[in-house]
Amino acid sequence: MLVTAFAIIRIRNLFSVVILTGLFSLLAAAIYILMDAVDVAFTEAAVGAGVSTVLMLGTLALTTNDEKSTYKNRAVPAAILSIITGAMLIYGTLDMPNYGDAKAPIHQHVAPRYLNQSAQEIGLPNVVTSVLASYRSYDTLGETFVIFTAAMGVLAIIGRGRRRRKKENVEQEAKT
Amino acid sequence: MMEFPGQLIYWIVVVMMMMGFYIVIAQGNFVKKIVGLNVFQVSVFLLYITMGKVNGGTAPILADGIEVFSNPLPHVLILTAIVVGVATTSLGLALVVRINEEYGTIEDDDILEQESDV
Repeated sequence: MLVTAFAIIRIRNLFSVVILTGLFSLLAAAIYILMDAVDVAFTEAAVGAGVSTVLMLGTLALTTNDEKSTYKNRAVPAAILSIITGAMLIYGTLDMPNYGDAKAPIHQHVAPRYLNQSAQEIGLPNVVTSVLASYRSYDTLGETFVIFTAAMGVLAIIGRGRRRRKKENVEQEAKT
Repeated sequence: MMEFPGQLIYWIVVVMMMMGFYIVIAQGNFVKKIVGLNVFQVSVFLLYITMGKVNGGTAPILADGIEVFSNPLPHVLILTAIVVGVATTSLGLALVVRINEEYGTIEDDDILEQESDV
């Protein structure tokens, strides 16, 4: 995954970059499976690797395929800034519990309740589904609102622009 | 076998996150910037999922004879976040298409040039 991310930085052809992004998402999905998050892996493979790659390819079809030039004047300050930020984040992780530690604070609060009670309260074997659809269903409701808003935004941005441009063309043709 | 420090996985995630951050601020092409945002996003998802992992645990699907599960809560949060991420990505890409119609380019310094000419 690190190699893919590095290649995304270096490659100038946007088509390759988009395909590499799909690969990046797919590798992420494989890692999610290794970390027991099967539902997340499904979603990432279908939505992250599938839908967003298609969306980006559509954008490339409507715009250009090649990136213009390097931005040398911006590369060095940007690299310094990201290294500083990364160093601070790594300093922050030093306090975190070890990977896979069952005594970590994250596993002490609501998760045991979900695991122990959801079979009686919801009656579904898949705990992720019962948490998503029942205990935290307001989150899911909010998510659908976000998707609805995004869809309206996309239609407002692209749909209206198209129509106005067509009208202008018609008017120009009428003049000539 | 060599003993890895327990936080190594978080450090890998941070390196990936910073690569995404670098793409967003250093590259001028808008599609590339959105790709960078995506890389950053996936790293954040990975950070959450790594926190939910329990050694020796399995996927949080209840079945007979299984006692140890990974934490389902981060999985739920990240499921929501992935879908929201795609929604925002599509909105950003729509903006890119619109900018291309208006200016004929998707490089931000070309656009700055055109703006300063006016």
